[in-house]
Amino acid sequence: MRVNFTVNGRPQEADDVWEGESLLYVLRERLGLPGSKNACEQGECGSCTVRLDGVPVCACLVAAGQAEGREVVTVEGLADYARERSCATTACGTSLDAAKGWQAKPASDSRAAEGTELSPIQQAFIDAGAVQCGFCTPGLLVAADEMLERNPNPSDADIREALSGNLCRCTGYEKIMDAVRLAAARQGEAV
Amino acid sequence: MDFLRPASWEEALAAKAEHPTAVPIAGGTDVMVEINFDHRRPEYLLDLNRIGDLYEWEVGEESVRLGASVPYTRIMENLRAELPGLALASHTVASPQIRNRGGVGGNLGTASPAGDAHPALLAAGAEVEAESVRGTRLIPIDGFYTGVKRNALAPDELIRAVHVKKADGPQQYSKVGTRNAMVIAVCAFGLALHPRTRTVRTGIGSAAPTPVRARTAEEFLDAALDEGGFWDNGKIITPSVAKRFADLCAAACNPIDDVRGTASYRRHAVGVMARRTLTWTWESYRGTTRQKGSVA
Repeated sequence: MRVNFTVNGRPQEADDVWEGESLLYVLRERLGLPGSKNACEQGECGSCTVRLDGVPVCACLVAAGQAEGREVVTVEGLADYARERSCATTACGTSLDAAKGWQAKPASDSRAAEGTELSPIQQAFIDAGAVQCGFCTPGLLVAADEMLERNPNPSDADIREALSGNLCRCTGYEKIMDAVRLAAARQGEAV
Repeated sequence: MDFLRPASWEEALAAKAEHPTAVPIAGGTDVMVEINFDHRRPEYLLDLNRIGDLYEWEVGEESVRLGASVPYTRIMENLRAELPGLALASHTVASPQIRNRGGVGGNLGTASPAGDAHPALLAAGAEVEAESVRGTRLIPIDGFYTGVKRNALAPDELIRAVHVKKADGPQQYSKVGTRNAMVIAVCAFGLALHPRTRTVRTGIGSAAPTPVRARTAEEFLDAALDEGGFWDNGKIITPSVAKRFADLCAAACNPIDDVRGTASYRRHAVGVMARRTLTWTWESYRGTTRQKGSVA
C-alpha cells in the first residue's frame, strides 16, 4: 500500500506499507524520522506523540493508511512549527537593521547550521534540566507545545492534565513541570 | 491484509456487507493495540476516518444523537450540560492523546466490560443506532452487551451513532483505579437521577462479564424515594436507605479476581461508589429544588 501525507510541512510518500502498520513505524522506519519514540505500542506512554492535523495523538495507534492526505508534525518539525505559529501572531522575518548588517561569512560552527534552532519549549527543557535519559522527551515536547498553544497561562493542574498521557521512567516530572512553567513564563514575556 | 477506505457511509456499509469479517477502525485505540501485539490479524481493516458524519452530533428534544466517532475530548468540551454522566466518564478515559482519537462507537464495538462509557450510557438511557445494507435499527443499551467483549451487532452491521437521553436531573460517574490517567477501571459506577419519571438508573462497569444495571437496587430506591415523598420534600436520603441501595448495587455485581483487583474488593468498591454518587446527585437535586422554591 502507498501512503501520501505531509510531514513537518513536506509532502511525503511511503511505499510498500503493510496495511496493519502504524503511523509511528512509517515515520521511524520508512521516512527516517526517529524522533518519535517507540516504547509501549499501546498508547500508554505517550513517547510517540505527534500532531495529526494539529491534534496530539499517539502515532502507534494511528494506522498508516489513516494518515493518507493528512498533516503530521513530529518533534523534528517542532521548531519550524513554533516559529510559523509565532509569525502568525507577531511580525517576523529579518529586521531592517539585521538586513543592513548582513554579510556573507561561513557559519561559526557546524551546529549553528540552518534547522538547529530550537522551539521555545525545547529550549526551556534544556534550561530547566528536564531531559534525563531523553526517551520520553519528544512526546512531552509535542504535548507540552500543544498545551501552551491552547492555554498560554496554564495552572500546575492544567500542565499535569495535559501531560498525563506521557510517562517518564526516570521520574523527572518536577523538572518537566519547571520547564513547562518556564516556557509559559517566557511566552508571556514575549507578548 | 487489505485496507478498505470508504469515502462515505454507504460505501462503508457496502464494504462491510461484502466482507463481514472486516474490522472497523476509527480512533484505533483498541484495534491498533491488538495489531501491534499480534493478537489479531484481520483480513480487512475498514477505515472509518474519512466519513465526516460520524464526527458530528445533534442535540434533539429528548436525546443527543452522538456520531460513533465523536472523540471523547469533544464530548467533554461540548456536551457537559446535555450528557453530564458521559462527559464525566469521557474525562476518565486514558489520556488526552487517547481522548482525541477514541469515541463511544469504538467503546461499544469493543464492548469490554471495562469500557468507560458503558456505565454512563446505562444510567442515562441510550440506544445504539446500528446499520447495514439491510437497514437501520435502534438497539436498546440494556440489550446491547451480550457477553465479554460481545455485543448485539450482526456481522454486516456498523455502529453509526448512539442516541443518549438528555439529562433531566443530576448525573454522576465514579471510577476506581491507581491513578487519574491511563487507568483501566478496576470498577466503575454511573448514576442518573430522572426527576421527570421519578426514577434512578445505574450502570456498573468492570464488575460483571458485561456492563450491567443494578435493577433491584434501582427498584428499591425508586420505591423508597416515592414512599418517603423525597422527590417533593427534597429531604436528605435516610442513611439506612442509602446503605440498602449500596448493598443492592454491590449484590448486582458478578466480578472476578484479576490483576487489577479481587472480586470482593470490586463488590465493596461498587457499594461505596453507589452510596457516594447517590449522595452527590441527591445533594445537587436538593440544591436545584431549593433554588426553584425560593424563586417561586
